[in-house]
Amino acid sequence: MSEHQDQPFDPNLPVRVDDAGPATGPNAGPAIPQRGRGRRRLSASMIIGASLVVLVFALALLSFIWTPYDPSVIDPAARLQSSSLDHPLGTDRFGRDTLTWIMYGARITLLVGIVAVGIALLVGTPIGIIAALFAQYPWGMWIGAVIMRANDILLAFPALLLAIIFAAVFQPGTGPAMVAVGIAAIPGFARVARSGTMQVLSSEYVRAARASNRSTPAIAVVHVLPNIAGMVIVQASVAFAISVLAEAGLSFLGLGTQPPVPSWGRMLQESQQFLSTHPELALWPGLCIALAVLGFNLLGDGLRDRFDPKMEARGDG
Amino acid sequence: MPVYLLSRAAQFAVALFVASVVIFAMMSFLPGNAAQVALGTNATPEAVAALEARYGLDEPPLTRYLQWVGGMLGGDFGTSYVTGAPITPVIMNSVQVTAILVVCSIVLAVVIAVPLGTFAALEQRNWIGMTISALSQVGIAVPNFLAAIILVMIFSLGLGWFPSQGWMAPIEGVGGFLARLVLPVVSLALVQAAILTRYVRSAVLDVMREDYIRTARAKGLTRTRALFVHGLRNAAIPVITVAGVQLATLLVGAVIIEQVFVIPGIGSELVRAVANRDLVTVQGIVMVLVMLVLVINLIVDLLYPIVDPRIRSAA
Repeated sequence: MSEHQDQPFDPNLPVRVDDAGPATGPNAGPAIPQRGRGRRRLSASMIIGASLVVLVFALALLSFIWTPYDPSVIDPAARLQSSSLDHPLGTDRFGRDTLTWIMYGARITLLVGIVAVGIALLVGTPIGIIAALFAQYPWGMWIGAVIMRANDILLAFPALLLAIIFAAVFQPGTGPAMVAVGIAAIPGFARVARSGTMQVLSSEYVRAARASNRSTPAIAVVHVLPNIAGMVIVQASVAFAISVLAEAGLSFLGLGTQPPVPSWGRMLQESQQFLSTHPELALWPGLCIALAVLGFNLLGDGLRDRFDPKMEARGDG
Repeated sequence: MPVYLLSRAAQFAVALFVASVVIFAMMSFLPGNAAQVALGTNATPEAVAALEARYGLDEPPLTRYLQWVGGMLGGDFGTSYVTGAPITPVIMNSVQVTAILVVCSIVLAVVIAVPLGTFAALEQRNWIGMTISALSQVGIAVPNFLAAIILVMIFSLGLGWFPSQGWMAPIEGVGGFLARLVLPVVSLALVQAAILTRYVRSAVLDVMREDYIRTARAKGLTRTRALFVHGLRNAAIPVITVAGVQLATLLVGAVIIEQVFVIPGIGSELVRAVANRDLVTVQGIVMVLVMLVLVINLIVDLLYPIVDPRIRSAA
């Protein structure tokens, strides 16, 4: 904390909006001590978000080594049980252990998220960078414009709609769902990468690199990529949350993960006929979906606070 | 201003055209064409060929595309290969139901979110503001179908206030219509309200930092009054953008909610068409949904200059 001692105010106190401007001058805003504070301390949203994400990963990984029961074993004697020592979360209408199914469901949730976000990140980020690079030159402006227009049109196909189309054209299943959600998430990454790249390109060090005859691809790799990585990671976290929702929704409709593979969305859908007698069947998968989405959203917020000091200075979630 | 309108309308037309090509291409060129898909993988080549000939599927793709688009421009979405019935009435009847759901939901979401978000921004540093922010964060994470299931558990199975499913047109009885409308609309609106609350809050926070608010405060206005007199219109711009995006989200979100509540909307028709391998109906419904999304975006863009004179003069 020693470096903050010469500051005129306690960096741990939130900066009041009304005081910020006149007290420190128009350009020497309170961003510097704020940023120092953010680097040092983890925000609450970061901690909660990261914990939830780690929990989902832990459930999925554990399911490869150990689950209480075999997910496919049907036990008519133990059907529709409430929580007990044998079945901590109860059993479904076939006597299958709910905890086991939740653990297996985490796998599908993460698989779809990782593949979908992977597709969107690997395709969308280069597209955004290229659009920004071309937009610098008079002869390339139209290429950048066309790319972004195509992006806008893709935005008219929300993830769930595209996934339904894929389910119609191919077979309903986890594979088409992952690809469709991934394609639908491309525009988000392209936009983030484009605006980040434009910022980097206007910076002093890129001008210096240009002056020393660095090629454009080299600038993209050496200067642009590391500088937009933070924003792209934030986008990945948000996109992950969206893909968890989309997979759950799709499986809920019966157009995503197919039986007998356990998935949270389908567990929720199957629970509907027992709502009045066994509400806990809806509770567990519902809770899992909500906590997973909450986790990735909060993690995204926390990461944004770290990577984007402007947002943090606003004291905004 | 006319230039802005014209360029925006041109963009809309191009986007609509490209979307129709993309949808047609996806349905036509991906493995197994509509006839093959409708008859299933076990169908004999002769049966597929016969169905293709009956519906003109053996024509070249460009001809079929032009027939499809030409039909739609005249209000005809074609004939289903599976049921043999025209698609247009199916779409027209179901889209009305969905429109009622979606419009009521966005209105409810705005009515909840604007006061809550404004309040959360003004009370940002105390526990009320913090609670609203935290609640909205949790609300975003709840998928609408989970909200629907919880609402059914409480208000339908538990308290017995509303039916747990079904639909009634307003002309069949206003009371029955409203009773069946409440739960689906609330489940759609809650999640959207949570998202919108966050945007309203951050838009109001941004506005409260503006110089003109400080000037108004220096004149002696209270924070609330300064916001209401000078700030709300400025805060409205990002909120309108998000509300537009949400309207589009709701349209697709309604697909799931219609399934939960067994409502005969366009989403139910879409899911049924997918289950029946009825690609022509899927193609028509997807086109309608994408068109509605594009129309919503267009309306949002046309609203900007009305709300913000700066955009008017810049354009």
